[in-house]
Amino acid sequence: MTGANSERVSQEALARVVRDHAGRLAASLVSLLGDFSAAEDLVQDAVETALRRWPVEGVPDRPDAWLFTVARRRGLDVLRRETNYRAKLAQLQWVEPAPKDDRLQLIFTCCHPALSLEARIALTLRVVCGLSTAQIAAAFLVPETTVAQRLTRAKRKITEAGIPYRIPDGGDLSERLDGVLAVIYLLFNEGYLSSGGTRAQARDLVDDAEWLASLLAGLMPDEPEVAGLLALIRLHRARGAARFDDREQLVLLADQDRGLWDHEAIGAATALLVRAARAHRRPGPYQLQAAIAACHAEAESFESTDWPQIVVLYDMLLHLAPSPITRLHRAIALRYAVSPEAALDELKDLDRDLENYPLLHATRAELLRALGRSQEARECDERALALTANPAQQALLAERLSWN
Amino acid sequence: MKYVLMFVETEEFAKELEAMGALEREDAYAAVGRWFAEHATKITHHTHLAPVHTATTMRLRRGDEPVVTDGPFVEGKEVVTGFAEVEVADLDEALKMARSWPACPIVEIRPAS
Repeated sequence: MTGANSERVSQEALARVVRDHAGRLAASLVSLLGDFSAAEDLVQDAVETALRRWPVEGVPDRPDAWLFTVARRRGLDVLRRETNYRAKLAQLQWVEPAPKDDRLQLIFTCCHPALSLEARIALTLRVVCGLSTAQIAAAFLVPETTVAQRLTRAKRKITEAGIPYRIPDGGDLSERLDGVLAVIYLLFNEGYLSSGGTRAQARDLVDDAEWLASLLAGLMPDEPEVAGLLALIRLHRARGAARFDDREQLVLLADQDRGLWDHEAIGAATALLVRAARAHRRPGPYQLQAAIAACHAEAESFESTDWPQIVVLYDMLLHLAPSPITRLHRAIALRYAVSPEAALDELKDLDRDLENYPLLHATRAELLRALGRSQEARECDERALALTANPAQQALLAERLSWN
Repeated sequence: MKYVLMFVETEEFAKELEAMGALEREDAYAAVGRWFAEHATKITHHTHLAPVHTATTMRLRRGDEPVVTDGPFVEGKEVVTGFAEVEVADLDEALKMARSWPACPIVEIRPAS
C-alpha cells in the first residue's frame, strides 16, 4: 500500500469516527451553553484538531471524550469573558454512556426553512456530520471562503432571528420533516451525480446522505417517509459498482452489468421499504420513489422490468407531488410500457418547464432515435450537451453524437 | 423574543378585496378581528396603515434640502399595509402566528427590539 493510499484510507476512517461523535458533542454543547453558534465553534475547533492529530497519533480509544476535552479546553480559553458559559463548561463532565441522543434537535435547527437552502446543507454537513469547512468546500467545488461566509451568516441568523433549538410541535412536524428530508435528498443527489470520474478523491456526499437518513430513521422510527428515503438511497447505492465503466464513463441503466449490483443490499433495502409501508400505510414521495427504484433493482434484465408497475407508481407520485421532472421520468417508463410514440407525446408540454434541463433533450433524442428520426435526435443531443456541466453526462452525450 | 410581523398586500389581493361584495368584505374583516383576538396575549402593539396612495416619502440628503416625493419609498406591486409587534418564545412561534393570518398573502417576520 502506498503512503498516499494509506493516508486516504485513514482519512475515511477518520471522517467516520468524527461523524459518529461530532454531532452528539454539538448537540450536548448547544443544550448546555444555550448558544448554537458558540457551541458549534468549539466543536469545529475540536474536529479540526482531531483531523490534524489523529492521523499522526492514532485515533484515541474514546474519541467522544477526546473531542469533548479539546472542545472544553478551547471553550474555557476563548470564552474567557463569558463567565456564564465558562462556569457551565467548567462543571461539565463527559458522561459515559452518552446521554440521550439530542441530534434530532440539531438537525431540525440546521434545516430550518428560515435559512437558505445552501446554508441548510452546509450547516447540516458541518454541525451534524462534523465536516470541516474545507471538506464542504471541496465537496461542492466552491471556495472555502464562500462556505465560511455562508456558515457565519447562517449561525448569525439562528441567533439573531431566534431560530429555536427544538423539535417542532406536532402540527408543524410533518412539514418541517419534509424540509429535512429535502436537504438529505439534495445532498444525496449532489453526491450521486458527481460521484465517480475525476472527483473520486472528493468527499463521498452519498455516504453522508445515507448516514444522515439512517440516523434520522433511528431517531424517528414512526415516520415511513424517513425509511422511504433511506431505502431509496440504499437502492441507488447498491447499483453503484455498475454505474461507471473502467474508463470512468457513465453506464446507462439499460447497459449496466446487473451481476455487479449488490443484491443483498437491494433485498435489505426493499425489505426496509416494505416494512415501513405496511406498518404505517402512509405513502409519500420518498416511499414511492424507493418503490420505483426497487422495481428496477429487482428486475433480472432491463427488458423484464415491470414497466407498467413503474408507470402506476409514477402516477401515484405525480398525484402526491406534481413535478415536470417526474413527468419526464414517467414518460421514459411509458416508452417501454407502451411505445416510444406515446412517450414522445408525453414530452410535448414539458418544454416550457424543462427547456434548460439536459435530460429532457437527451430523452427526446433517445425516443426520436428509436423511431428512426436520427437527424432530429442529433439536434436534441446537441442541445442536451450544451446544457450539462457534468463531465460524465457530457462524455455520454458526446459519444452518442459521434455514433451517427 | 420580540418580532414585528409586517403584512404585505399584493396587487392581486387588493383587486380581490375590491371585487368583494359588502357582506364578503365584512367577513374578511371579521376574520382579521378574530385573528387579533386569538393572539391578543402575544400582540403587544399593532398598526394598520392607510392605503399606499396616501404615502409621502422624504429623502434626506446630507447638506442639501430634503426631497419630498409622492408615494412609498419603494414603488412596487407589494406594499406593507400594517404591522403587529408580538412577544413570543422564538421564530417558530412567530411563524405559527403568521401561518394563520387570514388576510393579505405575504407576511415578513423580523426580530425587533
